[in-house]
Amino acid sequence: MTDVSHYISLLTVLVLAVFVGFEVISKVPTMLHTPLMSATNAIHGIVLAGAIVIVAQLFGASANGPVLTVLSIAAVTLGAINVFGGFAVTERMLQMFRRKEGGK
Amino acid sequence: MSDGASLAIALADLVAIGLFIYGLHDLNSPATARRGNRLAMIGMLIALIAVLVQTLGVGLWAIAIGIAIGGVIGVYAALKVKMTAMPQMVALYNGAGGGAAALISVVEFYVTRGGSVAMNDVIAVSLILSAIIGAVSFAGSIVAFLKLQELMTGRPVTYPGQQIVNGLVAVGIAVLGAWFVVTLGLLPAWGFVALVAAALLLGVLFVLPIGGADMPVVISLLNSFTGLAVAITGFELSSTLLIICGALVGASGTLLTVLMGRAMNRPLTNVLFGAFGAAGGTETVAGSSGPQQVRSAGADDVAIMLAYAAKVIFVPGYGMAVAQAQHSVKALADQLEKRGVKVAYAIHPVAGRMPGHMNVLLAEANVPYNQLLDMEDVNPEFPTTDVALVIGANDVTNPAARNVSSSPIYGMPILDVDKAANVVVLKRSMRSGFAGIENPLYEMPNASMLFGDAKASVDELTSAVKAL
Repeated sequence: MTDVSHYISLLTVLVLAVFVGFEVISKVPTMLHTPLMSATNAIHGIVLAGAIVIVAQLFGASANGPVLTVLSIAAVTLGAINVFGGFAVTERMLQMFRRKEGGK
Repeated sequence: MSDGASLAIALADLVAIGLFIYGLHDLNSPATARRGNRLAMIGMLIALIAVLVQTLGVGLWAIAIGIAIGGVIGVYAALKVKMTAMPQMVALYNGAGGGAAALISVVEFYVTRGGSVAMNDVIAVSLILSAIIGAVSFAGSIVAFLKLQELMTGRPVTYPGQQIVNGLVAVGIAVLGAWFVVTLGLLPAWGFVALVAAALLLGVLFVLPIGGADMPVVISLLNSFTGLAVAITGFELSSTLLIICGALVGASGTLLTVLMGRAMNRPLTNVLFGAFGAAGGTETVAGSSGPQQVRSAGADDVAIMLAYAAKVIFVPGYGMAVAQAQHSVKALADQLEKRGVKVAYAIHPVAGRMPGHMNVLLAEANVPYNQLLDMEDVNPEFPTTDVALVIGANDVTNPAARNVSSSPIYGMPILDVDKAANVVVLKRSMRSGFAGIENPLYEMPNASMLFGDAKASVDELTSAVKAL
């Protein structure tokens, strides 16, 4: 049976987060759009947390064949590529904005 | 798990979410942007430690293997990639995230069938949606990467009945998805596998007809798709953390996509389904027929023009990125400024392959921010400009966008370089731009062409100016 109030509160959280996303981001100047896209890309790397949960679920379950084990490891690997690569590439882009506010 | 531990994990997630939001806020300004990225990194670290504690070390060896492989690949690629290849790198990382979301659903599908995790209608709907959206994002991002890396043609790939094929695949996905939800995931396994395969196919078909000129929009859209897939995965796993992070990214990606579409003055549907540039590829625009008649200039002539100008505006485009010419451009600008020439850079919102692409490259070359002018600010400047130096930009300077209603880019706001007293276009050859259309700018009486690699040409100009 679906626990309705549980999912309604998750839905509420989703809607509020969408509004926060629009508000926080709509002020970013054009020159930071590429780093911003890269940073948000890294943040959805949180899917790695989901991949970790699914590995734990799989290993806790009675039936887990080698194929599923490989697929779940692949999920963690892809999530890790997203997180580590995403943040590293954003960091590299932002290193270029270090000095020279104003400049000549 | 004890209540205390659960509480600690929930609070850690809350701190992580706060850091993500504050980090994104810091990305509003160049001064705080790096701190923003660092804060988001710390948030990610906290969230990942919390989830590892939460799972009590079950399957830890598998998790460790995945993180080790993925971490090494991700960081190595990020450090090795050239600044110019950044956009396709973002596309790849985005595809990885989408693929992870899809794989989570695939594994969850088999786990729920085993009966050890309960299934309900919300989980069924979210499982299938995140599998579909994640797979579309994964396959689409890979095609976007191949196009930008020039491992396949950047031109739109079209064939008769394309929309119908895409429509049929989408309908097939919808039917299989409905079957999945109605049976609460107890359909035969081949039905689920076929659904994921169809979603991958749709991702490929969806990006194939989109030309390279529109890739920024597509990458941004796929970024928001992955965010959406992650948010939906959050429903699947009842994770507030995933829902919030996914929603933040979904919202930002959508907003960026809309802003870019607006800058090109084309509705998003047109970008996605218009097969931009396919028709205009070989057609000549505005009745001009045969090869374009252009004036070719030498570096010395152009150098004199630049050195004795009062105001010069650089108009960088993808050609500058390809040739890695940003440092050379800065060197030329320094020479000109030494001679008292006023220098500025005109940045079209979609110049290059991503919004802000030119800003990043020029910032790398230490160009001061205040010389980088947005389209609205710089267009009134062109009529009083002596020389507009177009460095590897094409479509964003095409006057056909203003007055040729048959042009595929008609209505797109452009940089009014043709209003400058002189326009010098640095270009490798007379090949048309990424959108595949001719540029009547090159035939105008105030325009001249300097052929060659952008970096080589700019270096030549710099030494010629020095020698004056």
